[in-house]
Order: sequence, then C-alpha cells, then structure tokens
Amino acid sequence: MITFKRLSIALTVAALMAGCSSGVKLDETPVTDKSALSSGAGAGANGSGAGQSGVSSVDLTQSGGDQAGPQGVSRIVYFDYDSFVIKADAQAQIEAHARFIKASPSRKVVVEGHTDERGGREYNLALGQKRAEAVRRSLGLLGVSDAQVEAVSFGKEKPAMQGFTEEAFAQNRRAELSYR
Amino acid sequence: MRRSLLAALAATPALPALAQFRVEVTGVGLTQLPIAIAPFRGEPQSPQKLAAIVQADLERSGQFRGVDASGTQLDETSRPDVALWKQKMADSLVTGSVTRLPDGRFDVRFRLWDVVRGQDLGGQGFAVTTGDLRLVAHRIADYVYEKLTGERGIFSTRITYVTKAGKRYSLWIADADGENSQSALSSPEPIISPAWSPNGRQVAYVSFESRKPVVYVHDVASGRRRLLANFRGSNSAPAWAPNGETLAVTLTRDGGSQLYSISAQGGEPRRLMQSSGIDTEPVFSSDGQTIYFVSDRGGAPQIYKVSANGGSAERVTFSGNYNISPSVSPDGRWLAYISRVGGGFKLHVMDLSAGTVTAITDTTADENPSFAPNSRQIVYATLQQGRESLMTTTLDGKIKARLAGQGGDIREPDWGPFLKH
Repeated sequence: MITFKRLSIALTVAALMAGCSSGVKLDETPVTDKSALSSGAGAGANGSGAGQSGVSSVDLTQSGGDQAGPQGVSRIVYFDYDSFVIKADAQAQIEAHARFIKASPSRKVVVEGHTDERGGREYNLALGQKRAEAVRRSLGLLGVSDAQVEAVSFGKEKPAMQGFTEEAFAQNRRAELSYR
Repeated sequence: MRRSLLAALAATPALPALAQFRVEVTGVGLTQLPIAIAPFRGEPQSPQKLAAIVQADLERSGQFRGVDASGTQLDETSRPDVALWKQKMADSLVTGSVTRLPDGRFDVRFRLWDVVRGQDLGGQGFAVTTGDLRLVAHRIADYVYEKLTGERGIFSTRITYVTKAGKRYSLWIADADGENSQSALSSPEPIISPAWSPNGRQVAYVSFESRKPVVYVHDVASGRRRLLANFRGSNSAPAWAPNGETLAVTLTRDGGSQLYSISAQGGEPRRLMQSSGIDTEPVFSSDGQTIYFVSDRGGAPQIYKVSANGGSAERVTFSGNYNISPSVSPDGRWLAYISRVGGGFKLHVMDLSAGTVTAITDTTADENPSFAPNSRQIVYATLQQGRESLMTTTLDGKIKARLAGQGGDIREPDWGPFLKH
C-alpha cells in the first residue's frame, strides 16, 4: 500500500479561500494592453502568491517490503546480452520457485524484468518486460497458476550495479522474483 | 478577461527549487537580429531582473543577439535617442519599468522600438504577484519575438522533467528557460515519461510508486492525481491525442508491449494494433491523424507510423539498427528521434517531406527529444561530464543552451503547449 502525504491540501484550500481575485484593469495603463496576464492578479492582496505559475507538490513515502521466498534459493535470474531466454543453469532455481508458489494458492509473486543502462528508457522497459514474461511463462509451464504471477518491468530504472562496465551490464540483465 | 485563481502557494521559499538552471549559449547563428534590452526602471527593487530574462530568452532562440544597454536610464514613456542606438548597432530596443503596488503586486510595463525607423512597435502592461514576475518577462520576450519574427514565441511556455537525487525521484514544472522549477511530485520510486496535456494543465507520467509501472494523470496547479492505466503487467509511454480526450499508452496486459488507446477519463482501453514484437513510445502528429511509434517487428527497433485508428503500419526510419523515442514537430514537418551510431545514442532530425536525416549533437548519450510548440527548438536529455542534464537546440543544431542543474541527474524533458493568455 502507498501512503500519500498531501502537503498541498492545506495550501490549495487556502488558495481557494483567497478566492476570486480581481482582474487587472488593463485600460488604466498608458501603454497598449493586448494580452496582459488574464488571471494575473495574485492569490489575495498581499502579492506574495504564486499566481498562475503555481504548482502544488505531492510527496510520496516508501512503499512496503517483500515477503519471504523459498529458503536458500536466489530470487534473481540472469540473462545473456540481448537475450530473453532463461539459461539452462537457472532451471533448478525456477523449479524451486514454482514448487514454493504452488505450495500455497495465496502466494503472489511479481516478476520484475530489468535491463542494463544503455538505450532509451521506454524501449528498455519493453525489453525488461520480455525477460519478466520469460520467467512467468516458465513458471506457467511448471504448473503455477497465472493468477499468482504478474510480470512487470523496471527497464533500466533500477540497475543492480551502477556504471558502464561489462560486469555492471551483466549484473543488470536480470529478472527478480518479488513475493508480495 | 477575468479568471479566478486556484494556484496554490507552493512557490514560496518553503519549497526550495533544487534544480535551478543556467543558460549557456554555444554556437553561432548566421542571421541574428541585434536587440538592446534596457534595464527596466525600478529593477533594483524588483525580485526578478526582467531585462536580463528577456534578453536570455531571445538569445536562446538563436534568432537574436543582445546589444549592451547597461547604464541607460529609460522606461516605457521615454522617447529613445535613435542615433545613439543606431550607433550601438541595435535594430530594436525594449524599454520598461517595474513598480511595486500598494497591495504588494508589481506593475510591469514595456515598449518595443524599431530604432532603425524610429518607430514605436507597441507595448503592454501587467499587474502581477511576485511569483509571476518571471512569467511576465517571458511574455515580454514572446511579444518581441512575434513582432520581429512574425512567429509565435515559446518563452512563456513550461517544461516538465524528472530529477534523481540520491534515492529520491522528483517531477518538476519549470519555465521554458529551466528556471522557476517547482516540484509537482516526489517519490522514492522512479518516474518516467512525463507528457503535457494539450491544455497545459495536466501531466501524464509513469510512476513506479506501487513497484510496477503505472500511468497517472496529474493536475499541476492542484496536485490532484488519478490513475489512468493500472492494468496487469506494465503500463507506460502515455501520449495525449491533440484533442486531449484520449491517450495512447503501452500496456502488457495481453502479453508483450502493445499500443492501446484509452479515454483521458480512464476506463477500458482499446487495442490499436497486433504485433508479435514490441510496440511502444507512441506520439501523435499535431493533426491527431497519425501515431508515430517504435517497434522491433522488423528485428530491430525502428520508428513506424500508423493511422490513429489503428490499421497497418508504415516504416519511417531506415538507416541504423536502433531508432527510438520519436517526437514530431507541431507543424508536422520534422521528426526528432534518437539513433544509435557506433556505441552512442544521438539526437537526429528528419525532414519528413524529404526524408533527409541530420545528426545535430556532439554528445553520445542523448535521450528523449521534445519539440517546442513553435517547432523551432528541441529540448532533450544528454550526459555531460558524467551527469544527466537538459539541453535546448535549434533544429539545425547551431544554437544550443544547456539548462545546467544541480541536485542530481536531470532527465525526461517534455515541452508544454502554448498557453491561452
């Protein structure tokens, strides 16, 4: 669950209560007024308001943590460069997760796909999704109910290792199983 | 016009702008109009130095060159000494004043002169709050730009972008010169792909706050936000139709990343196409008829276009094997996108009628171009000295301005629309 901390509510209410401010009487100025700020008068009479440039801020707090997965089994599945195929050496790991999920119908797992940091954010999001879908399909083939698994992507937004090295790229090409 | 004001007080010093920008113009334009912006009378008592803001705006466009006007004592009522300004090689002159009113607001007036002909080109007056003084300066720059170039200026428009500072992600709303940034959203999880609504009041974006990508629509002035797309799987890449009634989004609820159309009010999405590969990064042409998007249906990511109602797609980019992040200019003439060249990612501009393509940057990690509403400039993200920052450029790449920030990496810019005055 997310907790919203709306700093803005009180401020917004205050601005609303300040209410309809008077418009600018353009014809009182000696120069030709064509397009003065139409809502240009401020929030109240003290002139210190944000005027029409104002932005209200929303502040989010940390979301919840993970539930435990199968003991002694890694939650991270690594992929080769430009690959979306689960490697043979990850099969036992996937099977262990499949057994764990099937053991309790209430268990829910989110498979989070990730990419390395090269290239565009949205395109990497789509590539990370392919990795997550590969793990989801493997779990499905092992008899895990689709209702218990959701495949999502973080693209390149949450690298496991920072930096533009081959080691970092390899660490970042992954799918993580997150029990929630 | 009278209009009531709902803006909140969030611009007060209680919420410091963490990402102030600085403009550095590099490169040389061929034909630039020389213009002098005299210091406004009363400026020493004003929180914003209006003349400097106007001059920086005009110079960043690439179409103006500032002429030194320091030391002059003029305002909008002065009749300038034409011979003096001709001698200084100025073609145009802006004079003005700023006066604090008894109610705390500021009265700002200006006049534009053609000093070659000794002709008064008109002026305007504004009475505004402290928070809108920068906006007034940008409106003055817009007036000058339109009078002297015949085209609408973009200086009073706004941009949005995302910063990452430590583990904190923030969505910012800033003036088109990058200044006056105000936080709209702050989150411990990533925020990507902000996109202005056509009326400039809302921003759609992808937030990972629920630990998956979900699309929100966020009302900027009130901070009110609502879920637009939170379907099973990933939800991303929001793009507004020009009428503001629908958005195109990328959803994975039916398997791979595919394009859907969804009402701006939410509800059931309609799938636009079926492809076996990735379809993502949709963007509408300004007439609303065409959607440009990225697809790897041919094996590598390329830009395609399709009717906004769906149907069969047509490939648009042909050179290179990695072309992403399309942005189509509001006048429909240009397509900006990122192309991988050698191991680098570089901003390219395609002339859509001729099909010719030009790389317009020297950097190698460009991302996410977005056109100014007058189609004359592009804002994009790039890596400079190991730090993500924002740049504006003219379409020929000759005039670039770095919107240099502090307080973290700056990314994901989107240039907002013209606002109704």
